[in-house]
Amino acid sequence: MEKFTTHTGRALPLRRSNVDTDQIIPAVYLKRITRTGFEDGLFAAWRADPEFILNQEQYEGVSILVAGPDFGTGSSREHAVWALKDYGFKVVLSARFADIFRGNSAKDGLLTAVLKQDDIELLWKLLENKPDAEVTVDLEAREVRVEGHVFTFEVDDYTRWRLLEGLDDISLTLRHAEVIDEFETKRPGFKPKTLPAAAA
Amino acid sequence: MPHTLAEKVWADHVVRSADGEPDLLYIDLHLLHEVTSPQAFDGLRQAGRTVRRPDLTIATEDHNTPTLDIDKPIADPVSRLQIDTLRKNCADFGVRIHPLGDAQQGIVHVVGPQLGLTQPGMTVVCGDSHTSTHGAFGALAFGIGTSEVEHVLATQTLPLKPFKTMAVTVTGELGEGVTAKDVVLAVIAKIGTGGGQGYVLEYRGEAIERLSMEGRMTVCNMSIEAGARAGMIAPDETTFAYLKGRAHAPSGADWDAAVAYWKTLRTDDGAAFDAEVVIDGDALTPYVTWGTNPGQGLPLSASVPDPETDFADEGDKVSARKALEYMGLEAGTPLREIKVDTVFLGSCTNGRLEDLRAAAAVIKGHKVADGVRMLVVPGSARVRLEAEAEGLHEVFLEAGAEWRFAGCSMCLGMNPDQLAPGERSASTSNRNFEGRQGKGGRTHLVSPLVAAATAIRGTLSSPSDLAA
Repeated sequence: MEKFTTHTGRALPLRRSNVDTDQIIPAVYLKRITRTGFEDGLFAAWRADPEFILNQEQYEGVSILVAGPDFGTGSSREHAVWALKDYGFKVVLSARFADIFRGNSAKDGLLTAVLKQDDIELLWKLLENKPDAEVTVDLEAREVRVEGHVFTFEVDDYTRWRLLEGLDDISLTLRHAEVIDEFETKRPGFKPKTLPAAAA
Repeated sequence: MPHTLAEKVWADHVVRSADGEPDLLYIDLHLLHEVTSPQAFDGLRQAGRTVRRPDLTIATEDHNTPTLDIDKPIADPVSRLQIDTLRKNCADFGVRIHPLGDAQQGIVHVVGPQLGLTQPGMTVVCGDSHTSTHGAFGALAFGIGTSEVEHVLATQTLPLKPFKTMAVTVTGELGEGVTAKDVVLAVIAKIGTGGGQGYVLEYRGEAIERLSMEGRMTVCNMSIEAGARAGMIAPDETTFAYLKGRAHAPSGADWDAAVAYWKTLRTDDGAAFDAEVVIDGDALTPYVTWGTNPGQGLPLSASVPDPETDFADEGDKVSARKALEYMGLEAGTPLREIKVDTVFLGSCTNGRLEDLRAAAAVIKGHKVADGVRMLVVPGSARVRLEAEAEGLHEVFLEAGAEWRFAGCSMCLGMNPDQLAPGERSASTSNRNFEGRQGKGGRTHLVSPLVAAATAIRGTLSSPSDLAA
């Protein structure tokens, strides 16, 4: 996983709340077996409308998404994170994220930063007036900086550390393999096993 | 110190705990399906890793399997590739799989419980948000993403931060025609789609205790629609009776040891929840959704709300306006006058035998209304066989409904079972999101009883409307 320290890019003001993962990427795009190439599915239903903000020329090449509250609700599909990343997004800013989406993002190196809704509203106005504004997201300082404004954001220490270090989860866990071995020796014998299959 | 049910199950699975880091939790059961697993197996292969505990892992095909012609090759090449990939991955890594055509195939959340693999006090995960279903047994069960699927395959553990707990108490006794589905739609309407965020919901109270295991699964299933990570119900005699004798339930001395442990899985008197909600079960009536998220629901006797006058919150107003536009509804229209094109009975929410029985009892002797198609899709091949043994399929077929093979089907329209643009459904599934059941499709979430009555009358209805 790539290390994330700061990112500077242009941002998309998405004035929608409750953006569920079916909107981020519809189920028809879930049939693939690869881990990349999901950019065409991102917001597919909305992008069919030429007026949709992501289709507007001035927002071409954006890499930061500024969304309304409760972003990423619904289905657990990690493809939602992949679609955002494959499209080129590095950061999503919102006042509130759905838990599963947030967990998935952390694992794939997409930063989900929590800002106050007031700050999100200010960012929306600013980005609508000035679509080419350069936005810097500084994970070390937990700050979003744009046009001389500074907004602080929340991200938990552990996720921040992992993103800064670019550490993948499985390697981290496997450093404690003996502790898992030991736990397994103490599991009660009545816990079910799938193998061998019992006659139903 | 007194503890909640969720805290007890959590504590029993902590492998490792360190300051400033998430707890490492042991996973007792890992369920797999074709959609969220291919990239996880790919990750294992790339890193040269194996599945740590194939004996705690089980796969089934459900999300994009066809519900017709299941003996023929799957027509859609992409779906077929996903299915073939799952079969190959299970063979390569030694994982048990129930493929299409197998008597134990079906929706992953129907299959686990029916095999007796889901038991109280377990940790259960799956790359599917409706894994919360298994919480009905007093298990801590939650959906995970594909990276986490890979993590569990490789380590049988997950690093997790503790959840907060919320007590959802449903008092009293549910009236005639009021089901578990109505309970959970009312809960979501009350706390909102984000109200459960960060919480494990523990459903309790007299109305919950009276529910069957199937009903409890329906309630826990939709916890995720309130934003919650999981839903749980303390195990009791109903739970034990459901499990006894199932293929993978303990037997003999193991059964006694298990039951003794299961009986400790109750929230202690005086244990503190982080939040509490109370619902008056006596006052509940059948619920339906009118909008495009599961929180936009109202009693069937109500009318489509007015975005301008019925919502105080500006955000709610905006989303109600958008919802009515998408749904093609006028404020003030009585919900009972909404005409549907399709009725879908099935899904991990309401595709179990009890659901089919309830709907069949309503539909028996009636015909599906002209211009309405009704799809009945059992939650698993076994549910289908059991329903046929009782003759339920004949009831549906005689009424003019379609009797299909098991799978997720029109709940999410990944297979050919979809709504056409502008088509409207009454659906016993769990999500009424825009386009969920097909591009441009309009979904009203309902209970199996309401689904059956709606199929007969052609407009959103409850069984009590049939008598009139």
